[in-house]
Amino acid sequence: MQPIGLEHYLVVGAVLFVCGVVCMAAKRNAVGVLMGIELVLNGANLNFVAFGSEYLRPGGPYSIGLDGQLIALFVIVLAAAEAAVALAIALAFYNAHATIDVDQANELKR
Amino acid sequence: MGIDWYSLFFYVLAAAACGFALAVVLSGNIVRMAFHLVMSLGAVAGLFFLAGADFVGALQLMIYVGGTLVLLVFGVMLTARGPFVSMQTSPGQWVLVGIVGAALLAVLLQAALSVGRWAEHGEVAAAPVAETRSTSGAIGMGLLGVRVDRLDTDRTNPASSDGMSGYLLPFEVISVHLVVVLVGAAYLARARRRIGSPNQPAAPVRALNGTPNP
Repeated sequence: MQPIGLEHYLVVGAVLFVCGVVCMAAKRNAVGVLMGIELVLNGANLNFVAFGSEYLRPGGPYSIGLDGQLIALFVIVLAAAEAAVALAIALAFYNAHATIDVDQANELKR
Repeated sequence: MGIDWYSLFFYVLAAAACGFALAVVLSGNIVRMAFHLVMSLGAVAGLFFLAGADFVGALQLMIYVGGTLVLLVFGVMLTARGPFVSMQTSPGQWVLVGIVGAALLAVLLQAALSVGRWAEHGEVAAAPVAETRSTSGAIGMGLLGVRVDRLDTDRTNPASSDGMSGYLLPFEVISVHLVVVLVGAAYLARARRRIGSPNQPAAPVRALNGTPNP
């Protein structure tokens, strides 16, 4: 069994990303779509940390060092901000329309 | 030969992260989706710890699992009533989404598994898991604009000192951004009294206001 390397982390990140994209596309609940966005951001975060990790590829030509962890921190903070705003929008939509189904949010089409 | 604990923990955490992410997609109940998301994000935090990013892993646990998911659960509780708890997607949409997801996964896996060929010497070095050191100090200095991990960079040559840049300006920008966003979210989500439109129920507004609507 080969040691844990960068590829293992990238595969996990890819699976998380695809799950998030599918969740964003398939869910009808607005909060479910938000959960898909969180999964996508987590998959990207995992790739950033894996590329910056000195244990997975020490001294390699693509080691971005501490940059990966710093970008991951920024992504975490931005995800928190995004979740706050998106939930506020979802609550306002629910208060106005008494539904949380994103398929009902089609007033601009009419 | 003893057990390779590093690989064992990695496989356990990776299986938990991927499995609970799949459960988020496949579950139809919004409350169960929130629980599965908590478990998946916790497993990702464990993967961060395994990759040597202890500070990022701790912040993932505190901000994501402790903060963002509490927000999400509040959103679930405020909107989960009756038919909205489990809304089903039609089978045709599931087929389309499955095709798109499988294609995207194939492309990403092909890219991820060929990352070793990006380098001339593409072997994966054995992970020195014995030596660990905290990264919080280096991250703090990096946010202040001093990169203690790149002190050996030739700073007199402007072409090679690009990597020396710290993150002081993004740190300030994201601080202001966070304040603006939270104030805006509180403004957006405030309970307001609706006017007119008698054909729609006003029960949620009344419940949030706490005062009886005449």
